[in-house]
Amino acid sequence: MVEELGTTTEGDLIINVGPQHPATHGVLHLVITLNGETIKKVEPHLGYIHRSIEKMCESLTYRQFIYVTSRMDYLSAHINNHACALCVEKGMQIEVPERAQVIRVLMDELTRIASHELWWGAMAMDLGAFTPFFHAFRERETINDIMEETCGARLTMNYMVPGGVMADLHPDFQKRVKAFISLYRSKIKEYDEMLTGNIIFQNRMKGVGYLSPEDAISYGCSGPAARGSGVSCDIRKLYPYEVYNKVQFEEVLETAGDSFARYMVRIREMNQSVSIIEQLIDNIPEGDYQAKTKAVLKLPKGEFYTRVETARGELGVYIVSEGATTPYRIKFRSPGFSNLSALDHMARGSKLGDLVAMMGTLDLVIPDIDR
Amino acid sequence: MWSFSKIANLIHEWLNQTFNPTLATIIEMVIVGIAVIGLFAVLGLVLVIMERKVSAWIQIRLGPNRVGPKGMLQSLADTLKLLVKEAMTPSGSDKFLFNLAPYIAMMVAMLLMAPIAFASNFQMWDLNIGVLYVSAVSSISVISILIAGWASNNKYSLMGAMRSGAQIVSYELSAGLSILAVVVLTGSLNINDIIQSQANGWWIFKGHIPAIIAFIVFITAVTAETNRAPFDLAEAESELTAGFHTEYSGMKFALFFLAEYVNVFIVCAIGATLFLGGWMPFHVGNWQGFNHVMDYIPGSVWFFGKTFFLIFVIMWFRWTFPRLRIDQLLNLEWKYLLPISMFNILLVTAMAILGWHF
Repeated sequence: MVEELGTTTEGDLIINVGPQHPATHGVLHLVITLNGETIKKVEPHLGYIHRSIEKMCESLTYRQFIYVTSRMDYLSAHINNHACALCVEKGMQIEVPERAQVIRVLMDELTRIASHELWWGAMAMDLGAFTPFFHAFRERETINDIMEETCGARLTMNYMVPGGVMADLHPDFQKRVKAFISLYRSKIKEYDEMLTGNIIFQNRMKGVGYLSPEDAISYGCSGPAARGSGVSCDIRKLYPYEVYNKVQFEEVLETAGDSFARYMVRIREMNQSVSIIEQLIDNIPEGDYQAKTKAVLKLPKGEFYTRVETARGELGVYIVSEGATTPYRIKFRSPGFSNLSALDHMARGSKLGDLVAMMGTLDLVIPDIDR
Repeated sequence: MWSFSKIANLIHEWLNQTFNPTLATIIEMVIVGIAVIGLFAVLGLVLVIMERKVSAWIQIRLGPNRVGPKGMLQSLADTLKLLVKEAMTPSGSDKFLFNLAPYIAMMVAMLLMAPIAFASNFQMWDLNIGVLYVSAVSSISVISILIAGWASNNKYSLMGAMRSGAQIVSYELSAGLSILAVVVLTGSLNINDIIQSQANGWWIFKGHIPAIIAFIVFITAVTAETNRAPFDLAEAESELTAGFHTEYSGMKFALFFLAEYVNVFIVCAIGATLFLGGWMPFHVGNWQGFNHVMDYIPGSVWFFGKTFFLIFVIMWFRWTFPRLRIDQLLNLEWKYLLPISMFNILLVTAMAILGWHF
């Protein structure tokens, strides 16, 4: 008897995955209706790590609120700060010096690689392979060291400010980034040997969690989750900001729409990020790292929206200003929230073991979903 | 030459001189019982520290290095912690069965040690159906897992137990058939006879390709039977938190944990006995000098060396492969391993009848 998916009937097994569960990497709560091992319905319950960051931002000045946003998607802290700084700059019509733009892009791409490294290790760990986690952390550690040297922090950097970046690059920056690139080039093959080519891994990923391009668009998916289904949505290409229109890189697209496609998008994206860094690292222009701005920023009355491509997808920042020193209203369009909404659709009819593969390839960061 | 059997004989003679034969037998039984418990504890400690060191080596880190020299006393400290920890029983659980399950798991592991020959003439129970006994007793371990999962009154535990049931019952067939391959070649179920038949060469070399196939199937099947990764679906921590032992804590958990490691030791010991010649030294054809040097290494060293090599291989699996899904796990058994081992049995039988092995 084929039971209807998406419904709960008498005798179904309902299990709570989360809020404390090893697979959710945070306080996500999934109520899963099971028929044996087959998933009938997945219901995400949110709000366990809601810190009302949007409301908090409304009582902070335009210089201050950027620092709170590092705590949203903590794996792409730079990119969150970047999006907010861009929005304030748009409102104030600040021209960012060329040097600051290049530094911002370099930092964004390093963050993207670091985030994907962590995702790679954590997803492999969810699937039962523990070793990749430590190998990924070896490379990520190098990026964290680079960040620490220049920004003074390893996770919540708070390096981007309206008008540029907080401080100039550390003198060793170029040398260490080049050392990282050569390390990365030698280790990426190891990743393929360890996981990508593994027959068990491919069986776990291929054909699992299919998301059609139409569904990806209608659920509002963005980032690698949508590009795995062949939906072109890279903000860096479609609406270039900073110096992204001056560097050569390709938007990574896979058409299969399953977990393996999303996996491959991220792996290939790391290579693209490295190539962007390689193009820019020797061509950092001289000049100011910060534009001259007023001490107190007051955005003119109006509404401002900017968007950037984080490691997880499209992050939008929407500011409503009444002309005061603090924003009247701030709304973040976080990529994780929309990507999570597609989970139920993807998971129906598959096995419980596949859920971790799907959640892994959606790359959920819970503070980004809840804010 | 130093060997276990001499010590055993010495104790036997001394006991028979001092006491009457009945009392001597009873004392011997107690000594053997204490020895099993001691071996059980020591193996648990050694294997846990070994696993942590092996995984650390594979994962480019140091592993435990604080307690004792090179962290070697870490598992002793962990055991102490588990002993003083409260062993909770959830209020909704079936208390009798909940407390019974870890003892069944441990009992099975201890019973399985009986027919294993650790060295020449050093065996607790030389019974004539040793191999059959091992496969029969090892299937009881599924009962402890099912009881633990059911009695915990926890959905994760129940799912883990059900997965484990399906898995162990399926993989026992392949394990049994690959054991049967060696039994066919030897013509005996007695563990000592099987080892003696390998005096002029181990079965993995003597039995040509069919023996190698049987060996590979055996290693795969026992990895699944002992619930080790990549077949650790019963305790898949990213899906079922800890599977059937989610609700267990303190020493009750430790008994499951120890039983798992001792089971790994036992299946590897059986593998070493059947395919790698047990305590038999490594001999090469007519190299008299080489063979003579090999004979100087005590049998127990050979036995433990081979067993720990196989344990290392199984640990290597665990830290390298991702986990399979339940349907893929059963597909692997019923669609690939079982037909292969059935066909292999035919090959081995033909080989044994025609005398094509060495």
